[in-house]
Amino acid sequence: MMIRLLFFAHLGEQVGERQVTWPHVPDTVGKLKEEVEARYGLPLDRVMTAVNEEYARDDAPLQPGDTVAFIPPVSGG
Amino acid sequence: MTESLFAITSEPISVEDVMKKVMRPEAGAVAVFAGTVREWTNGKRTLFLQYEAYVSMAEKMLAQIGAEIAEQWPGAKTAITHRIGRLEIGDIAVVIAVSSPHRAEAYEANRYAIERIKQIVPIWKKEQWEDGSAWIGDQLETKAYPSGKPEVNE
Repeated sequence: MMIRLLFFAHLGEQVGERQVTWPHVPDTVGKLKEEVEARYGLPLDRVMTAVNEEYARDDAPLQPGDTVAFIPPVSGG
Repeated sequence: MTESLFAITSEPISVEDVMKKVMRPEAGAVAVFAGTVREWTNGKRTLFLQYEAYVSMAEKMLAQIGAEIAEQWPGAKTAITHRIGRLEIGDIAVVIAVSSPHRAEAYEANRYAIERIKQIVPIWKKEQWEDGSAWIGDQLETKAYPSGKPEVNE
């Protein structure tokens, strides 16, 4: 019962890893964000979230095996 | 160069290769946009850039932009390649090609594509200056997503 977390750009540098296995499955994206904020001391209020490569809102449910990516405001182009 | 219409690459981009992907007999116009690495921004000198992407999702989002264009401008065909890794001043970071039967649609859709890239495609650039570096998009605080996601279906 675990999920995979991906951290990009400055988040990856602050966490120190780009990929982390999270040992349990919070009910929602919002709950996971709170746990990740507490664990790493990262403010995630301006960070988007994608579940299995689709943007997801904070009330989106999580399932075992999901990949959750934390996506800071993008700057491509 | 990949055959895919929507690609992230760590190699230099050939404008002609991207353009060729959308050329076809039905088209009377191809609008091509190239985004390049700028040396000076508001008086600050950039030495080089580092681009990072969530590659698999970025390619899906580029394809979504192509689908949005096909819906909004019927008959338009889009190809987009974005480069990642270290880019020097003047290097091409992104090429967008849109073909359409007439020129107006190609110009409009091409402009739409670059604006959407800056909204929804998970790519980030890190500026390296003479006196430091920073990931762009977060420190500038020009964007906020109170709902936790961008509006992807405008």
